[in-house]
Amino acid sequence: MEKEPVVQVKGLVKRYGTRTAVDGLDLDVAAGAVTAVLGPNGAGKTTTIETCEGYRRPDAGTVRVLGLDPVAEAERLRPRIGVMLQSGGVYSGARADEMLRHMAKLHAHPLDVDALIERLGLGSCGRTTYRRLSGGQQQRLALALAVVGRPELVFLDEPTAGLDPQARRSTWDLVRELRGDGVSVVLTTHFMDEAEALADDVAIIDAGRVIAQGSPEQLCRGGAENTLRFTGRTGLDLGSLVKALPDGSEAAEPLPGTYRITGTIDPQLLATVTSWCAQHGVMPEGISVERHTLEDVFLELTGKELRA
Amino acid sequence: MSAGTYTPRPGAAPLPRMIAAQTALETRMLLRNGEQLLLTVIIPTLLLVLFSAVDIVDTGSGAAVDFLAPGILALAVMSTAFTGQAIATGFELRYGVLKRLGASPLPRWALMTAKTLSVLVTEVLQVLLLTAIAFTLGWSPQGNPLSVLLLLVLGTAAFSGLGLLMAGTLKAEATLAAANLVFLLLLVGGGVIVPMDKFPDAVQSVLGLLPISALSEGLRDVLQHGASMPWAEAGILAVWAVLGLGAAAKFFRWE
Repeated sequence: MEKEPVVQVKGLVKRYGTRTAVDGLDLDVAAGAVTAVLGPNGAGKTTTIETCEGYRRPDAGTVRVLGLDPVAEAERLRPRIGVMLQSGGVYSGARADEMLRHMAKLHAHPLDVDALIERLGLGSCGRTTYRRLSGGQQQRLALALAVVGRPELVFLDEPTAGLDPQARRSTWDLVRELRGDGVSVVLTTHFMDEAEALADDVAIIDAGRVIAQGSPEQLCRGGAENTLRFTGRTGLDLGSLVKALPDGSEAAEPLPGTYRITGTIDPQLLATVTSWCAQHGVMPEGISVERHTLEDVFLELTGKELRA
Repeated sequence: MSAGTYTPRPGAAPLPRMIAAQTALETRMLLRNGEQLLLTVIIPTLLLVLFSAVDIVDTGSGAAVDFLAPGILALAVMSTAFTGQAIATGFELRYGVLKRLGASPLPRWALMTAKTLSVLVTEVLQVLLLTAIAFTLGWSPQGNPLSVLLLLVLGTAAFSGLGLLMAGTLKAEATLAAANLVFLLLLVGGGVIVPMDKFPDAVQSVLGLLPISALSEGLRDVLQHGASMPWAEAGILAVWAVLGLGAAAKFFRWE
């Protein structure tokens, strides 16, 4: 049986003064999955997440998280979710372990704090207070605070921003472990590779709306098609080449002697191209297949650089 | 950590445990902060000792400490409930602490309860310390301890409301500057170490309406002069408490 979505957002509108941050956004988040919310700066990612967390009251539309209204039923919802803010959230004079133990005390069945400190490499923080921790340590502490209460659903707002590659991998592993144990995860990210590596489902947000949603594979398939490039002598008969290829394929010679074939690039098509070349006495050089990435889909949909 | 470690098992801790934990953490943060200790412990102690031992200000007839101790107790309440709480809360807002706790199982009213308890715990420590010092300086207090307690509680409510109002409406840096400035002005003009009758009559009648003057003069009426209950001063403090807490409840921003 298909489970109820853990987050249901319908027609969400949120304005700040005259600026509309979220403009009729619809989003369903599947239970037990990792859902990535991608979008350029100012697209409305954080506003959407913070509305789900109960920090913002929608101007229009409805938001249900675990079936509850995040504002009206906050006291019932909050023990069940874990929240990682984009920054801050800890007393500047508190030590990492002290804050984590405190958050654990606010929950009925928290994780083993010592094991979590070990797992996230926070043991090295020692007696250092929060304001003197490195950016990466602060990030990992914020992540630990989000999961220590054994929530059903965690919201992670840019969980790996500012982390070194090793810490980033470690955070990814933790997200996978959470999913493995049945925790639903919603994360926002600026990193395409992060969404591609982690997410079961990706929602691309631009100008306050979801403009595409699906698995990374679906999104990559659905966007612009993949490309095969090679070079050879100039002036090949493109009409004859296209006739040999499956329907829907296209061939072009954007620069003299440089050929580009777009379509569903599979081993069969590659074999067809090379055998056509053989029949026509052409030696194709520098054959390359360009797999379409989530980044291409994103740029195509939003026309914007993500890593602004 | 093995498979199943993160299997959801959500739930809030019982309310008394949450409030106790929050109170303990808030109190630790306060006692660990050097600037806060300067305001709440070192300045009141120094003023009490210095002005009792050295005849700087004419404190009227009788031992200087009998005049000073009630004023210093009022100062201690102001330093913790107003100045310290405003500055700490201002920076908690700045660093998203209140926002983050807002997403935890701890309800907002429980957070405010814990903050109040933390202020009260600190005040008890202050009163114990300052009373002990005052006794060694030869203090001989009069009056009903319950009247003193009521004045201290009303003063705490009045100063907490004003401190939270300031923290919840101004930027953290502005709160830091303004809270320290107000502390200094009220220290001088609120009957803490300088007797009110040193000021011109017209100024006195205005200064007398300040919460610090009401608290220091009220405590002095009881502790120095043995009055049973200074109702006028208690009334002034009650009005400040209602206005301050009411405005704080209305205008406080949580992030």
